[in-house]
Amino acid sequence: MPQEYYDAIAANRRGTFFLFTAFLILIILLGFFVGVYIGSPEIGMILTFLFGFVWTLVSWFAGDKIIMRMSGARKVEKKEFPYLFNITEGLAIAAGVPMPELYVIDDPSPNAFATGRDPQHGKLAVTTGLLKMMNRQELEGVVAHEMSHIRNRDIRTMLLAAVLVGIVSMIGNIFMRMSFRSRDRKGGNALVMIIAILFIIISPLIAQMIKFAVSRKREYLADASAVELTRNPDGMLGALKKLAADHTPLQRADGATAHLYIEDPIDKERGFFRSLNNLFSTHPPIEDRIKKLAEYGAIG
Amino acid sequence: MLEWILGGIVLIVVLAVIVMYNSFISLRTRMENAFAQIDVQTKRRYDLVPNLVESVKGYMKHEKGVLESVTKARAAIITGAPVKDRLKAENVLTGALKSLFAVAESYPNLRASENFMMLQEELSGIETKIAFARQFYTDAIMKWNQKVQMFPSSLIANFFKFGPKEQLEATAEERKAVKVKF
Repeated sequence: MPQEYYDAIAANRRGTFFLFTAFLILIILLGFFVGVYIGSPEIGMILTFLFGFVWTLVSWFAGDKIIMRMSGARKVEKKEFPYLFNITEGLAIAAGVPMPELYVIDDPSPNAFATGRDPQHGKLAVTTGLLKMMNRQELEGVVAHEMSHIRNRDIRTMLLAAVLVGIVSMIGNIFMRMSFRSRDRKGGNALVMIIAILFIIISPLIAQMIKFAVSRKREYLADASAVELTRNPDGMLGALKKLAADHTPLQRADGATAHLYIEDPIDKERGFFRSLNNLFSTHPPIEDRIKKLAEYGAIG
Repeated sequence: MLEWILGGIVLIVVLAVIVMYNSFISLRTRMENAFAQIDVQTKRRYDLVPNLVESVKGYMKHEKGVLESVTKARAAIITGAPVKDRLKAENVLTGALKSLFAVAESYPNLRASENFMMLQEELSGIETKIAFARQFYTDAIMKWNQKVQMFPSSLIANFFKFGPKEQLEATAEERKAVKVKF
């Protein structure tokens, strides 16, 4: 078991490389289309390349803060949440990573996530609902789960995945709007329409890729690592059971950040989107996680 | 041709030595870090105990024995001594604090006091941190000793004189159930 997280770190290096390559190809492709539209493919490619470069720099250095703001998380001090701080400080020692910055989201839905470009810049957010619902050992389980995401460098891969989904949906949106506007004018531009449609087709594929990169194995491994860190399977198991029983959706969750959370923050009960959500779900069913963890606990 | 093959082999060997040497060094840093944590946390606890005794005194007039054992256990700790030499005394303090908190359970007024609650949270936080640091330290030593003995890293260990490290003393006091006298 202890050896597994070295494999996880190696897998994350590959995943990061894969995501970055996909990102580069996408940007160049996009540049070509935009270039054709404005009459010069070269200029288009240079423009989008520069755009992608700046976007990558910004998200590398500020992505974690942007994600925290998007999720409505505020940074907290030890004075306000001594309980959470003590637990996190302890588990940071256990995992051998620096103490992450702590954030709290005011939301009754129990959930948590970690982000950052490396363990030295780790950031951990929990909802007030989680703090209210979990007892000490369960909260320890959840924090340990996130801590192992930090230790295994899952946070970097997941951050890049969020950035990629963000840029795809943003560009998709811009073209959608452009194509609608040009349809209002008579004789809309066919090319813009084609690109817009292309992006609508590509976006789920990108999501699929992210699903592979941020594979379900990662969650199972983090659950198991949480038990390894706390030396207590009951905490993580109890927490998962409580998360499974709760169906409150998180207010500020969206597709770009959903894969960061310990449990899928998007409401699964919303009829129409239900099948769609399952298809592109980044999280294994929580019942499976409980089963796997119980088996692991029984063996180890 | 032969030179190339030999050169390649030498290069691979040199790289392997570097990688193995570095893994020894990073393990050693981790061990030292965990050990420093034990030091930091036990010192913080040492500083907090007088506050605790002070805040509890008024409520627990009939529990002189428990309070005294805590004060005594703290006094027995030689500040500034290396952690290894202090560990036994630190473990006694752990036990004494455990009994104090167990006894405090039967004083509802005390449990409601905010000051006491804060101190209890801080101290139990410190206890878990000490436990986690020990756990990390023990794991790191285990890995270190494994590396020292296993081939081929044992060759590196021999060359650089990395010997096996001693584990922290097993804490019989910690495992023993805490007896609470009423």
